[in-house]
Amino acid sequence: MEIAFYITAAITLYSAVRVVTDTQPVHALLYMVVSLLSIAMIFFIIGAPFAGALEVIVYAGAIMVLFVFVIMLLNLGPGTVKQERAWIEPRIWIGPAILAGGLLIVLSFALGHDNLHPISAVTIDAKQVGIALFGRYLLAVELASVLLLAALVAAWHLGRPTYKR
Amino acid sequence: MSPELTTILVTVAQGIVILLVAVLVAAYLSWVERRLLAWWQDRYGPNRVGPFGTMQLVADMLKMFFKEDWIPPFADKLTFILAPIVSMSAFMLAFAIIPITPNWFVADLNIGILYFFMLAGLAVYGVLFAGWSSVSKYALLGSLRSTAQSVSYEVFMGLSIMGVVAQAGSFNMIEIVNAQQNIWFIIPQFFGFITFFASGVAVTHRSPFDLPESEAELGAGYHTEYSGMKWGMFFVGEYVGILLVSGLLVTLFLGGWHGPLLPPFVWFMLKISFFIMLFILLRAALPRPRYDQLMSVGWKICLPLTLINLLLTGAIILWQQGGGA
Amino acid sequence: MNYLWSLVTDFGTQLRSLWMVFSHGFRKRDTLQYPEQKVNAPPRYRGRIVLTRDPDGNERCVACNLCAVACPVGCISLQKAESADGRWYPEFFRINFSRCIFCGMCEEACPTTAIQLTPDFELADYKRTSLVYEKEHLLISGPGKYPDYNFYHIAGMAISGKPKGSGQNEAPPIDTKSLLP
Repeated sequence: MEIAFYITAAITLYSAVRVVTDTQPVHALLYMVVSLLSIAMIFFIIGAPFAGALEVIVYAGAIMVLFVFVIMLLNLGPGTVKQERAWIEPRIWIGPAILAGGLLIVLSFALGHDNLHPISAVTIDAKQVGIALFGRYLLAVELASVLLLAALVAAWHLGRPTYKR
Repeated sequence: MSPELTTILVTVAQGIVILLVAVLVAAYLSWVERRLLAWWQDRYGPNRVGPFGTMQLVADMLKMFFKEDWIPPFADKLTFILAPIVSMSAFMLAFAIIPITPNWFVADLNIGILYFFMLAGLAVYGVLFAGWSSVSKYALLGSLRSTAQSVSYEVFMGLSIMGVVAQAGSFNMIEIVNAQQNIWFIIPQFFGFITFFASGVAVTHRSPFDLPESEAELGAGYHTEYSGMKWGMFFVGEYVGILLVSGLLVTLFLGGWHGPLLPPFVWFMLKISFFIMLFILLRAALPRPRYDQLMSVGWKICLPLTLINLLLTGAIILWQQGGGA
Repeated sequence: MNYLWSLVTDFGTQLRSLWMVFSHGFRKRDTLQYPEQKVNAPPRYRGRIVLTRDPDGNERCVACNLCAVACPVGCISLQKAESADGRWYPEFFRINFSRCIFCGMCEEACPTTAIQLTPDFELADYKRTSLVYEKEHLLISGPGKYPDYNFYHIAGMAISGKPKGSGQNEAPPIDTKSLLP
């Protein structure tokens, strides 16, 4: 099981790096899909199949599809790839690299301490997720639904038929 | 050989057999579909190759193998090759969760039906990248249509079976089947059945919801530039999709292998054949809607219907439990 | 309410058309299983071209070349020859069926009803060259669609044994040198 975890984690990291460095936008998105899928795999491995399934359905299956959809409609040709290449210069990397390095330090510091929860073999099923969502995190769920309602209203407003005066 | 190893080997063998049979049956559906369409159009259909034309598939396969497998020079090669593989294997893998009899199934997952939604979501990529990597306007238009269609129909596809999940109390397919021992879910969940059927047709891009590949206006839609075995993979993928959706309909709404007198396997086969026939009958009988009609049916009729259905199901289940307590 | 009712009726019509199409499964087939069941083509079907003979068994074709001229694709070629009794006949007569479009113009143009189109359409072959039909392939032994027509009996053309004026409905030739009516 651990080997599976490390392989998946390596795939996740590699594809995440490729998302940033690939200059062809659709290929970058493909890598992003792969990285989301491997994160879902990690969820499966550590015993949260429900979360993993939702990750694939919502992120890989719906949100990324819309990303790809939009990028495809933009009709990006070889010119944009050249432009991308020109934009990704070494000095651009400095700021993000420093910030990510800070995160890495914190992460290795946290990993150095032994009080981490081990990967459990306990499977968290849909019922437990549901109880947690509608019990402890009810307020968060309700807030999210209010946000979605606002989005719905906005979408209706944008898509309403234009009436004659 | 230890008993555990034997069990593992038997399970693996079962899985391989089921998936192979699924692919073969899916390929055979191409012949079945042509025979049935002909039958409903007062014709005979392919009846020359072998007895009743049953060897037509072999002829088609031979033809497809020897066809030039052409990749357009302007295409994005990697995605162009990957797209049909994704398209076929997503539906193939999803077939793993369908229990055929109490002992014959590939995977008994506790997320069950969610696994199908995962792979149905991923199957969109096959079509999407096929259209994009072809660098052809018809292919791109087809894949855009298909994406919009799949995304909007998957929304209520998920909701339409939540009633079933709520009644069975589980995502697991075998438990869902076992919950239908007394009454098939098609009766209490009739609207769930109708909407799931509609969205199943839409997700597999079958007529009348075959706008992504409508011949009249888009050439062949997203697989316009494909030929040879790559095209064949899209083709078989579509039939695996039919098989998969039929299998799901049987498992979720028609009580899976349950039925009087006959053995479970026969019941399952009878029910799945009925749905496959229905899929083909839909193609034979119904005209293709306009794209805006397709969208408005999805969002304005099916989605509210599933929401009302889910609400009523939840209310009834709560009422029954409250009555018991 | 109207909207809901229209939903129900629309759904009903879809079911109705499903049923109607399904019921077609139990009707008579329209297909003719061709190689086993022969096609009964009508007599005026424009199929394989033949050269016919008159009731006496002589060739009708007088090699006038009208068919070759009328042919829109130019698939007919022939050469005139004359026999000892004064009859004209084609020395060779060649139709290239890989060009022929079976329009029937040659039949319409033919003054002696020699060239005729028949209901036989099974002309497929493995070699292009074997689609070029020579006179021995084209000539049949019967009179075809016009059993009684005999050009040399009707026309005013003089051949040995049939001088001018002895055809059917033909007045004897006028002696232009005589003043009597």
